[in-house]
Amino acid sequence: MSSPHAHQAHAPQGFIRKYVFSLDHKVIGIQYYFLGLFSVLIGMSLSLLMRYHMVNPNVSVGWFGKLWPTAAAGGIMTPELYLSLMTMHGTIMVFFVLTTVPQSGFGNYFLPIQIGAEDMAFPVLNMMSFWTTFLALVVMVSAFFVQGGAPLAGWTAYPPLSAAGRITGPGEGMGQNLWIISIAIFCGASLMGAINFIATLVDLRCKGMTLMRMPLTCWTWLVTAILGLLGFAVLLAAGVLLILDRTVGTSFFLPAGLMINDKIITGHSGGSPLLWQHLFWFFGHPEVYIAILPGMGVASQLLSTFSRKPVYGYKAMVYAILSIGFLGFLVWGHHMFMSGLNPYSAMAFATLTMCIGVPSAIKTFNWLGTLWGGKIHFTTAMLFALGFVSLFVTGGVSGIFLGQPALDLYFHDTYFVVGHFHMIMGVAAIFGMFGGTYFWFPKMFGRMMNETIGKIHFYATFIGVYAIFTPMHMLGIVGNPRRYADFTNVEYLSGVMNVHQFMSYAAYLTAAVQVLFLFNLFWSLKKGKPATENPWNCTTLEWGIPSPPPFDNFAGVHPVVYRGAYEYSLPGVKEDYVMQTDPTPVRTEA
Amino acid sequence: MSMSGSLTQDTIQGPPPPPIDRGWGGGGSGSGGGEGRGADRRASFTALFVLLAASTMVFAAFTSAFVVRKGLSDDWVSMPKPPILLVNTLVLLASSFALDLSRRALKAGNRSRFNLWWSAGTGLGVLFLAGQAVAWHQLLQAGVFVATNPSSSFFYVLTASHAFHLVGGLAALVYVDIQAWRLQLGPAKRTTIDIAALFWHFLDGLWVYLMILFYVWG
Repeated sequence: MSSPHAHQAHAPQGFIRKYVFSLDHKVIGIQYYFLGLFSVLIGMSLSLLMRYHMVNPNVSVGWFGKLWPTAAAGGIMTPELYLSLMTMHGTIMVFFVLTTVPQSGFGNYFLPIQIGAEDMAFPVLNMMSFWTTFLALVVMVSAFFVQGGAPLAGWTAYPPLSAAGRITGPGEGMGQNLWIISIAIFCGASLMGAINFIATLVDLRCKGMTLMRMPLTCWTWLVTAILGLLGFAVLLAAGVLLILDRTVGTSFFLPAGLMINDKIITGHSGGSPLLWQHLFWFFGHPEVYIAILPGMGVASQLLSTFSRKPVYGYKAMVYAILSIGFLGFLVWGHHMFMSGLNPYSAMAFATLTMCIGVPSAIKTFNWLGTLWGGKIHFTTAMLFALGFVSLFVTGGVSGIFLGQPALDLYFHDTYFVVGHFHMIMGVAAIFGMFGGTYFWFPKMFGRMMNETIGKIHFYATFIGVYAIFTPMHMLGIVGNPRRYADFTNVEYLSGVMNVHQFMSYAAYLTAAVQVLFLFNLFWSLKKGKPATENPWNCTTLEWGIPSPPPFDNFAGVHPVVYRGAYEYSLPGVKEDYVMQTDPTPVRTEA
Repeated sequence: MSMSGSLTQDTIQGPPPPPIDRGWGGGGSGSGGGEGRGADRRASFTALFVLLAASTMVFAAFTSAFVVRKGLSDDWVSMPKPPILLVNTLVLLASSFALDLSRRALKAGNRSRFNLWWSAGTGLGVLFLAGQAVAWHQLLQAGVFVATNPSSSFFYVLTASHAFHLVGGLAALVYVDIQAWRLQLGPAKRTTIDIAALFWHFLDGLWVYLMILFYVWG
């Protein structure tokens, strides 16, 4: 134990140590954020190319031909190129955006501050974790530039397509190898990050910060770190086996007698593609929660702050987060109803899947309970939190359909699934990130973002994403298959091509609107209104220190926490919030 | 009474300021304890156990693949096991044992005995790795390659993953050893010693598990 006024640590002054190889969790958080921003722009561009191709498969575009002289010869994309765009869109979005920004970005920046620590437990490990992630991104993007281009096997990399090598398609040579290597590097980075998050949260909480006084964001970062730790370890093991199948001719995932592109694949026998699916989805389902849990934490924080009310049922929220994390490891089989799973196993997985509905519903109703009777401030951050709840419900409800084996048999390979996971894992998580950005930007950069542009950005994006993804459910019911590059010659789908047109236009517009966000972000960095210490009158520790925070967060003072994270509108208190560090007793007449 | 206050019981009853050391943790150790930036002892142990959980998951994944792959098809031919594996096992157990004696010596304040036993443990660790190299070499000489049979595939994957962990553990042992012989092993490095030794014991147990897996099912 030390005196409350230990000396203040000073930041390194050199550019390299301060901004590039920084050990400061705040700089590393911002680095992760911008890595994610860069990745999301790539991922979004790929999706626009896909949407364009789907509705104009036969229109020659000059620069396609220049960009991909073989894969888009004459300016017309080959189906293989479409598949490689799809693979890279999914991979980049899932790993380098949804996994990176909510957890490693915001988590790195705010977890230590919210628990009253000066930094993460292992700053060097933290730095290594970021630069390893960066390396993984470089390797992943480089798959575009090798012979044959990017891989085709989807972000799930199912064998035999991903395991049998170059013969299965142009991107399945070097491109797929780079994909596996990149993912393995990413696994390493995630493990380092998870170790740091858990150790920091368990051991570096300041005096008085008991677990049940932590902001819900910290709970979600903790559970996400645990999921990442256990999930990525399994993915790493699976990746090792997959690359051995590809390079040294083992047979973990490849059976004998495969016939691919009119050639018999020799040299393999006895392996099972199903084995990969089990290993992959044991990681892959928790990955869904890795993407969405931090968003849930942010939503709870914002809904409470901007309705000036405590989080309804704080403890229930904590237990719901924990049980979502736990159940998340027991339901991977629901991704495999179509893969020849034993019907009894399918039944078990379906039942467990329905069980996840319970904590999810607890969370949703508690969010509504938080809003109920509150004095709601419709800031941009709050709007995005409300949007998060909306998208979470919409995406969650379609999950109940897909969790039924009998229905999934029909829906599984259709756009219904694409609509479902984009709503809940993609856009809901992105809304969590937007909400977090508008909320924490003043703390991170000391300036406010523009609220008017922010609100326009919100409404346009909110309407836009519903316009893109709602029709997908309809297409799924019609039986429109997913992963196909071209539906124009399919007779039974001729009636829905105009829906595809509509979705493509909605996608272009929604993407265009994001320019507003980028403008707001970069303009506010330089020209935004200077932010005060606590512009939102929020209770958690990060709002008790200057914006932006000093190098060691609390300027040498060790904070002491006296109360829970969401004490808003306490009766008998003049202000409508009480900071966690406020020792004043609150005595009220009931 | 306003709606908002009534939603959380403990806020309306307005207890005196809650005791700051109640509940789980939050005792104000670690960076809040004024030791400056970076990890303290408890965080290091937490990190170690978290790391061990991750390593356990990697090997659990390999094991489940092993079980499934073996039960799935009839092409599994149990590979020959070089007898040197048993010698290696004894060497690794001995190295763990030496490290434990070493830590006991340190507890008793006997630095020179610590140095000797720790060096012995480190040396045995290197010997184990060399023995593994011999085992792999013998297998390759006998024509048993990674892709020869699923049995040998898993043998190489699992022993190589174990060796990969072992190189990391060995780096820590060598680091402590160098510090010890240069008499630079201050009290602050106790954590490093404990962590390195615990990690090594884990690798030891893991190896015994792998041996059982290969000899009984492999």
